Amino acid sequence: MAQNDSTTGGVMLAADGTPLKKSLDRALRAQKIRALALIAPLLLFILVSFVFPIGEMLLRSVQNTVGTDYIPDVLPNVVVELEEWDPASGEAPPEAVYRAMAIDFSAAFDNKLHTQLGRRFNYETPGMSSLFRKSGRPVTKLDPESGNLKEAFLEIDKDWGRIDYWATIKANSGRYTINYFLAAFDAERTLDGIKLKDPDERVYQKLLLRTLGLSLVITLCTLALGYPVAWLLADLPARTSNLLLILVLLPFWTSLLVRTSAWKILLQEQGVINDIWIWLGFEDRLSLINNQLGVIIAMTHILLPFMVLPLYSVMKTIPPSYLRAAKSLGATNTVAFLRVYFPQTTPGIGAGGLLVFILAVGYFITPELVGGADGTFISNRIYYQFSASGNWGLAAALGTVMLVVVLMLYYIYDKLVGVDNVKLG
Amino acid sequence: MTKSANDGAFVEFERVQKSYDGETLVVKDLNLTMPKGEFLTMLGPSGSGKTTCLMMLAGFETATHGEIRLDGVSINNIPPHKRGIGMVFQNYALFPHMTVAENLAFPLEVRKLGKSEREEKVKRALDMVQMGSFGGRRPAQLSGGQQQRIALARALVFEPELVLMDEPLGALDKQLREHMQFEITRIAHNLGITTVYVTHDQTEALTMSDRVAVFNDGRIQQLAPPDELYEAPQNSFVAQFIGENNTLNGVIQSISGDRCTVKLDSGDVIDAKPVNVSKVGDRTQVSIRPERVEINKDRLSKDAHTLKAEVLEFIYMGDIFRTRLRVAGTEDFVIKTRNAPDQVRLQPGQQIEIGWLAEDCRALDA
Ligand SMILES: Nc1ncnc2c1ncn2[C@@H]1O[C@H](COP(=O)(O)OP(=O)(O)OP(=O)(O)O)[C@@H](O)[C@H]1O
Ligand SMILES: [Mg+2]
Repeated sequence: MAQNDSTTGGVMLAADGTPLKKSLDRALRAQKIRALALIAPLLLFILVSFVFPIGEMLLRSVQNTVGTDYIPDVLPNVVVELEEWDPASGEAPPEAVYRAMAIDFSAAFDNKLHTQLGRRFNYETPGMSSLFRKSGRPVTKLDPESGNLKEAFLEIDKDWGRIDYWATIKANSGRYTINYFLAAFDAERTLDGIKLKDPDERVYQKLLLRTLGLSLVITLCTLALGYPVAWLLADLPARTSNLLLILVLLPFWTSLLVRTSAWKILLQEQGVINDIWIWLGFEDRLSLINNQLGVIIAMTHILLPFMVLPLYSVMKTIPPSYLRAAKSLGATNTVAFLRVYFPQTTPGIGAGGLLVFILAVGYFITPELVGGADGTFISNRIYYQFSASGNWGLAAALGTVMLVVVLMLYYIYDKLVGVDNVKLG
Repeated sequence: MTKSANDGAFVEFERVQKSYDGETLVVKDLNLTMPKGEFLTMLGPSGSGKTTCLMMLAGFETATHGEIRLDGVSINNIPPHKRGIGMVFQNYALFPHMTVAENLAFPLEVRKLGKSEREEKVKRALDMVQMGSFGGRRPAQLSGGQQQRIALARALVFEPELVLMDEPLGALDKQLREHMQFEITRIAHNLGITTVYVTHDQTEALTMSDRVAVFNDGRIQQLAPPDELYEAPQNSFVAQFIGENNTLNGVIQSISGDRCTVKLDSGDVIDAKPVNVSKVGDRTQVSIRPERVEINKDRLSKDAHTLKAEVLEFIYMGDIFRTRLRVAGTEDFVIKTRNAPDQVRLQPGQQIEIGWLAEDCRALDA
């Protein structure tokens, strides 16, 4: 008698006798491969154009390089000889270091690296750029065998005897460095070790706090302006609310640059708003632009839709019967709103707030155009380090700090509110 | 704020009209008086204005015209939260971010009751709906029937004198619905609450209510206790709407007191009771319940009119037999007979004679 039993030894078997788990896996594999094939082009695109470059940038924040070469590869002999020297001794390095420098410098000169090297050291100790530039050809003329190189260097420029210069070179003799991060946190290496800079020289801390602070203010402004709008939209019949929603989205159809420029025209000293202000009979023109106020006004406007949309989509799902129920139970309008309606909109507030805040923290164009001196964000400084100053390492370090700060805030937010509570649509 | 003359009345609608768009009246001239403690059901087809009436009573819609009084006091200008009316919504409207106990405590908190008093009342209300151990749960963790009970408990916990329920059992399955119908009436009667209940399930209306108001087209068509509504419908809408019903059309041939004869369009003559016909020659629609049709001629009086009928279909339904006949030109004349040992089972094609007591056949408006 054939036994009609599909289990042997506790394992479920499919109709053809293979274990059920295995045939299920096989059936699902085709689906998985299909899914993978569908996302493959995008995945590849993101890897090539986004993940790699970002990873490379992040690496740059710790790599100790000039151009594409590591400093210890450009100054191999100097690095070895400096190991023996202690900057704390208060004396210039010995003859051997100068001889090594003569050899390495000539090689760097041949590879046209010596000016870059100077600029690189200059980030940390100003003055070294001009020293390296000036010394270019004279150093190549020196004879490494002469035995009196220290004097020869000092003859070319007496700055070659400065201990802090040599200390800088020694501090950069590794392949990796934390100096960029020190700079990003407004710290520096001194002869007495790592220290914070003088309070009035702490640029980046101030910038970071300002970026976070202004972003917070902007987020609160969008919430204050967006909440009632979203509520109204959610309350209206579908036809009207769709029309009004298009008006909310209208700004998206104009380029960011155009919108920011429009704010420039509106807010400037001789602009529309100030003209109306004067026409109303006031004496002094308001300074609404090239300061923090200008950034807050323009960015609140630009980021408003990102607050309204998540709020709207959450409010849309709250039936009006909740408010009615609250009122029938004896709650006044205010109590019904605060105790019943508002708590149910927190997922929307969370989503909108997170979205606006993170977008604001990374904003660049608007603070650049309307921010003036005290309204710039950290992204503007990063851009400056990339383009004008060429200090990619510091730019990368600042970018990394920004990334970590945002991730940390996200983590805190998750602990406080719970990301599951965030609803985007 | 004048006390109304009508002292027995607790809820009163007087000449109330309502229009949403300024063009059509959704509620037309509503007059209704309810004594304290009554369980009144508003029954009617979709769109007949039941919810609208309830919302006007609760204060979420304003009457376009007329006056609504509660315990003799006009409440037209009192906001909903001051009316002290308990309400059960169709989707329950339990606050999802609060636990069951917090939901129940909400009306007590806004009334500024002390903590211990609150807890005690919440506990009592939960026990009343047999949900005592569910206080810590969220509404989403409850089944439909359990949510329903909590909604009921929440509407009652602050001891309102009037409770409104808008199709509270609409989302439940049949068995649970029947159970909850029983629970609701039990609780309402025990607490002596005045209840206005909306449904479009007629069985629900008939089984639960002291009186039923049948709505159609923005008007109350009939307001009567269930048995009267079923047995003595005042017009053909009510007759059609409540229960199963056979109708025949014709003209009044003679009237004498509470008897009349009707000449049907097929030429046959039948006996009926005039309800809202006044004179010979009026067109009328007569209405007769399937279970009141007699197929045994011996049980009718000698001079009763009878009709010839042909059996078209016989359906065995367990407790009853349902037979479809061709009578006086219509093919959907239905009779119901009890499944008794001596009951005949009719065969399709069989020719029979049917009749009825004149008072069971009501001559209504055409
Ligand atoms: N807010 C509103 N605005 C405009 N018209 C409305 C509104 N609410 C209801 N109506 C209209 O009023 C009429 C009566 O509606 P109502 O909700 O009172 O019916 P109902 O008897 O409760 O029906 P149902 O049994 O389907 O719940 C309907 O024609 C409806 O379209
Ligand atoms: Mg309704």
